[in-house]
Amino acid sequence: MTGLVISGAEVRAGQKAILAGVSLSAEKGTVTGLLGPNGAGKSTLILAALGLVPLAAGRVTFEGAELPGMRPADRARLCAYVEQAATTAERLTVRDVVALGRVPFQSAWQAAPSERDEELVATTLAELGMAAFANRLYHTLSGGEQQRVQIARALAQEPRLLLLDEPTSHLDIRAQLMVLETLRRRADSGCMVLVALHDLNLASRYCDRLVILDAGRVAAEGPPADVLDPALLRAVYGVHATIAQLPDTPAPLVIYDRPAVEDDSAAKYD
Amino acid sequence: MTPGPAYALAYAGLWLVLIASAILAITFGPAHISASDVWAVVLHHLGWGDSPVSRLRDAIVWELRLPRVLAAIGIGSGLALSGTVMQVLTRNPLADPYLLGLSSGAALGAVIFLLAGAALLMPLGAFVGSLTALALALLIARLLGGATPSRAILAGICIAALASAMTSLLIFWSATGDSYREILSWLMGSLSGTTWADTGLVGLGLVLCAPAILFSGRGLDAFAFGDAAATGLGIDIARLRWTLLAATALLTGVMVAIGGAIGFVGLVVPHAVRLAVGSRHRVLLPMSMLVGGIFMLWTDTAARSLFDPRELPVGIVTALVGAPAFLLILLRYRRVT
Repeated sequence: MTGLVISGAEVRAGQKAILAGVSLSAEKGTVTGLLGPNGAGKSTLILAALGLVPLAAGRVTFEGAELPGMRPADRARLCAYVEQAATTAERLTVRDVVALGRVPFQSAWQAAPSERDEELVATTLAELGMAAFANRLYHTLSGGEQQRVQIARALAQEPRLLLLDEPTSHLDIRAQLMVLETLRRRADSGCMVLVALHDLNLASRYCDRLVILDAGRVAAEGPPADVLDPALLRAVYGVHATIAQLPDTPAPLVIYDRPAVEDDSAAKYD
Repeated sequence: MTPGPAYALAYAGLWLVLIASAILAITFGPAHISASDVWAVVLHHLGWGDSPVSRLRDAIVWELRLPRVLAAIGIGSGLALSGTVMQVLTRNPLADPYLLGLSSGAALGAVIFLLAGAALLMPLGAFVGSLTALALALLIARLLGGATPSRAILAGICIAALASAMTSLLIFWSATGDSYREILSWLMGSLSGTTWADTGLVGLGLVLCAPAILFSGRGLDAFAFGDAAATGLGIDIARLRWTLLAATALLTGVMVAIGGAIGFVGLVVPHAVRLAVGSRHRVLLPMSMLVGGIFMLWTDTAARSLFDPRELPVGIVTALVGAPAFLLILLRYRRVT
């Protein structure tokens, strides 16, 4: 059975269409990168897939089941979601926050996490290099550290579908690579990963397929080598760029040159 | 994550303090009664052994002090529980149980019943008033385009202001002498003259509402990062929010009806306990109840015995103790973070 299928997804805010008929499909065991400039609809697409933003039209299914209409409890045992920035006024340690990932699997009668829960919390923290932070209070961490804790929390949910909204936006280079390596490993062991990213080169290196959104529509979709080309980058992002190919890797490398000036944007409608 | 024995010890310790405090508090007062006499009287009424003291002293323990002590514990734990839930649901650390106009509505209801000559039915008036205020606040929020927490809070502020103005107007026009004094003491919160019937109502409120809240610890934990995150963790947030709102409103309505608008307990106690044990609600909720009960028991004991034979409204004592305690908590929060 296929993984995630989004067909004709539309989301409106008043008269304005945030998503104007987005369709894509992604297989299990792959990483799909969701790209596009700010406001293209990446976050909305993720939220709509989870039923957190209502769809005006279209369907989202995972393994054949409607995702938005599913009971939240069932959905949380299937897929995990990482927001761009998650803040809290509560006093929770890093371990407490990661343990939230086990909430979907606990009953109301359960007073404390099970041994297996604690084991998972410990291994996911270690996987993201955050084991030493376990007893720190979450709200005292930096933005990047908080992001890694949230990813650990999502992994502790043992999801079959992992949706992440710019999970590397606050991270330093090493941490970005660590997070993407982690996502890659999860995909290789059967999980389906959909990740919104800004860094085209990281996307090119770690994703099996890229979906480029522009103004609520799919501008291009396919393997990185097919999708990343100078004309598209100028049309969607408004930048002049060169695509290079390093000898030992199949992933194309994007070298940015300069922003395209106003007149160039006409190219968008060629 | 689960230093089980440490928490078990803390629970046991708090229960011990609560029981010891209750017995000690009953010995306080103009008639001197020893702790062992208190035990004996209580056991006697529960059907074990004979009462060692005179009938008058027996009545002082069983009819006057014991129901009041139990009511204080119940009201304190109920307010602390409601306050904790309100702070999470509205993601507002300044939230207290009266946030949605509950106390102002209760005051108006109580004053109307009192001035209408039905002083005995004041608790009923308070209960009806608080639930009416809540219903109006939610109705207005709905008319504003959907009862979200922030709209409900804004509507609650509006209802509270209106109800307070009407209460003041009624007092200004009609209240004289005794009724004025009675209204004032009720507005400040007071447990004087608590009967077994009052205590029974407090207990009933807790039995009906507390379980729904205590078993929502898992859901409340998931609320830490907001609605989207909670949904992502499998919580049906609309259902949880309305269940908890209904439970806290009913609980607060009962507490206000019996004890008046006692401030600061529902604000300070949850913060103090959170500082000590963190925000895991499966620990925080029961601990807040215990600490709220102990806090209220001692503030009420102080209210009735500090200026003996005159009695202070307990709301004055909770504010006098609670406000500086809140400041200390704020300072401590700053140091920790």
